[in-house]
Amino acid sequence: MSSPKYWREMPQRYRYEAAKCKKCGKVLFPPRLICPACQAREFEQVNINDTGNIETFTVIRVAPAPFVDQAPYPVAIVNLGDDVKILCQIADCEPDELKIGMPVRIEFRKIQQEGEGGILMYGYKCVPEF
Amino acid sequence: MRDVAVIGIGMNKWGELWDISIRDLIAQSALLALDDADLNKVDAMYIGCMSSGLFTDQEHLGSIGPDYAGLCPTPGIRVESACSSGALAVRSAYMHIASGMSDIVMAVGVEKMTDVDGAGATFALASAADQEYEVYNGVTFPGLYSMMATHHMHKHGTTRDQLAQVAVKNHFNGAKNPLAQFRMELTIDAVKNAVMIADPLTILDCSPITDGSAAVILCSMDKAKEICKKRIVKVIGSGHATDSIQLAQREDISYIKSTELAAKQAFEMADKKVADIDFAEIHDCFTIAEIMVIEALGIVDKGKGGPATLDGMTAIDGKIPVNSSGGLKSKGHPVGATGVAQMVELTKQIRGEADKGRQVKKADIGLAQNMGGSGASSVVHILEGM
Amino acid sequence: MVGIVGYGAYIPRNRIKVEEIAKVWGADALSYKKGMMLQEKSVPGPDQDTITMSVEAARRAIKRANIDPTKVGAVYIGSESHPYAVKPSGTTLAEAIGAVPDCHCADFEFACKAGSEGMFVAMSLIKAGEVEYAIAIGGDTSQGAPGDALEYSASAGAAAFVFGRENLVAECLYTHSFMTDTPDFWRREYQFYPRHASRFTGEPAYFKHTLGCAEAIMQKANMKPADFDYAVFHQPNGKFPMTAGRKLGFTKEQMEQGWLSPILGNTYSGASPIGLTAILDIAKPGDKILMVSYGSGAGSDGFVWKVANRIKEVQNLTVQTRPSLESNRRKYLDYGTYSKYRGKIKKLSE
Repeated sequence: MSSPKYWREMPQRYRYEAAKCKKCGKVLFPPRLICPACQAREFEQVNINDTGNIETFTVIRVAPAPFVDQAPYPVAIVNLGDDVKILCQIADCEPDELKIGMPVRIEFRKIQQEGEGGILMYGYKCVPEF
Repeated sequence: MRDVAVIGIGMNKWGELWDISIRDLIAQSALLALDDADLNKVDAMYIGCMSSGLFTDQEHLGSIGPDYAGLCPTPGIRVESACSSGALAVRSAYMHIASGMSDIVMAVGVEKMTDVDGAGATFALASAADQEYEVYNGVTFPGLYSMMATHHMHKHGTTRDQLAQVAVKNHFNGAKNPLAQFRMELTIDAVKNAVMIADPLTILDCSPITDGSAAVILCSMDKAKEICKKRIVKVIGSGHATDSIQLAQREDISYIKSTELAAKQAFEMADKKVADIDFAEIHDCFTIAEIMVIEALGIVDKGKGGPATLDGMTAIDGKIPVNSSGGLKSKGHPVGATGVAQMVELTKQIRGEADKGRQVKKADIGLAQNMGGSGASSVVHILEGM
Repeated sequence: MVGIVGYGAYIPRNRIKVEEIAKVWGADALSYKKGMMLQEKSVPGPDQDTITMSVEAARRAIKRANIDPTKVGAVYIGSESHPYAVKPSGTTLAEAIGAVPDCHCADFEFACKAGSEGMFVAMSLIKAGEVEYAIAIGGDTSQGAPGDALEYSASAGAAAFVFGRENLVAECLYTHSFMTDTPDFWRREYQFYPRHASRFTGEPAYFKHTLGCAEAIMQKANMKPADFDYAVFHQPNGKFPMTAGRKLGFTKEQMEQGWLSPILGNTYSGASPIGLTAILDIAKPGDKILMVSYGSGAGSDGFVWKVANRIKEVQNLTVQTRPSLESNRRKYLDYGTYSKYRGKIKKLSE
């Protein structure tokens, strides 16, 4: 994982910063140069909500190299409202507890690390909101 | 725009081809196609390949393709759209001829996936998804399609058995295809009880890692009438559409909008309706994919893909046979080659050259659908025998 | 007036029981349960470390403080398990809460008192008028060597405090630091596990500094144990803080609310700070709290807090410490899973 590639996405991964189209109000996460809905090019900075509901999920049992030691782990698409959905892991939750519609909340977690000597990479996961 | 026909096809046997380099993989199918068309040169060669760079450290296929097929100084053009690279190569060759630029153009699809280990292959395949907002968070391709399956099952009541039937049907066909990677027949129980990859998909719901290539030679219709000695297969429709790369940003997580739009273009160009289609080759990278695609193509209503499959609508002797070749599931999925192999199959069937036990009875008009990633790009072609 | 404007703690969800560890090493679980007064401890997941816990604790503290994070002028994380040896944990935290770029940052280290150290320095910065708000965090994902006594207690957690001059929930009346060179517990560079000098960690180390600091600060404040409503000490196990408190003249009732180690374990730099948050969760305006940390090497930081009126407005704003600790979402691990999470299993090197 290259340092610049990781560092560039920090505002989104750490602070959940998004862009709201000044013309049509669509919220874009991550921010973009042009609104896919109305083609406008001016935005204001907003944050996405930090709570939402699970729209769909799965449990990854055969994991890619950086995640092999954490398998099995749940992954879901979470609807945060304002037409914003994110894909993320669900932490602190057993696979059989997962349900479509389940309320969850974003939490700051370590996502990956580059072996024993490379950088640590943080980001968002969701945990069940009881 | 000129009319374009398919006059030559070639495909090698797919599998783990340790002895064959990516250079020779391209050359094998290219030569088979040239022989089939009784030609020894073409005006241009399009090479569809998802990622020779990540799999073999080799780029510049635009040179390697013509070079090792003995065709230099013929122009070579590498095109890429993840798993729809193959069909994109075909469409590009089609546009090249239709525009009047050249008369005879080859489209070859290739992927060499076994020079890296499983982890390396997973990493390369993941480049078809959003690196920072999907792959970074630990999702895999089976994971993305599993989420689509869960969504589809929740929304439409699709069952686990219906998913498994896709694999059963496609292996039944692939068992009769000597070029297919996996020729064993399957049962629904075998699919359901296999090792789980990402709930609810097991390893038998997933297409494999494969080395392979396929090639078609397209020709302007006027020239084809002069030189083609077999039944002429005309490209009557071609369509291509994109959607967001992130699955989370799709309008409906378990509906492939890009396929619907690409198909619409192809049907309009062909002046045909879905009821006119006799058979189809579609992109069953995972069992759920075939179910979603037959809905997006309009073969069945939205949500009805599961029951239709279980009822046999798409079986080799069904109303509209789907994946008579064995599909990606049984035939294999060398990523960039798949879309071209679909065209090879359509042509074979239309010519009446398919292997015993898997020749579609009425095969005059065939449709091929090839898609990239989790449905972020789709390319659809319609072929008609003259 | 200087003090706490907001506070918060974060405790991971996993636990392991003393019996589970003892079973593997053929040890007598009862001697830990009765002797050390330990029942179970928290375990960080593979996706949790000092930074992740600090971020969540800090977010809770900011919520209670109700401040604009861009006004935080200093961020100090004290830990003995900073994820990087070089690159402060505080930089990630400052970035995550939005305090960057106009912010001072330094990581602190002093065994188990790195957290209270950060608190002392953060408050001093406010006193000096250098910044409007400063955040100090004590957090750890401490390691105990397999089969060693410390394995029964080394746990994970973090507590965060926003310091300022106004809208306090607790004013700091006095501070005192008491420190000597005492090699009771240490970890050399490049070593994975810390080491300790056994019984030497008791009297000449923990007790000398805890009691020395407590006596000095009470003298400074002209206060007696009975003048306090609550007392919280560093908690390497269940027994030591109770013994220290008793020796000083505090009652069990005064110490109970902040006494978390029997079911939390020793969160090292988080220990007395997390204990303090548990007290603040139920404290009333006017209450006086004595907090004395201890860090091997060795030293203690003492604080006398006076709870302010505003405490009532913030207690319920976010997660409270005892309910979080006793949550029915706790997940008990077996020793194998625990070892995997804690990186104690030798794997193929990368």
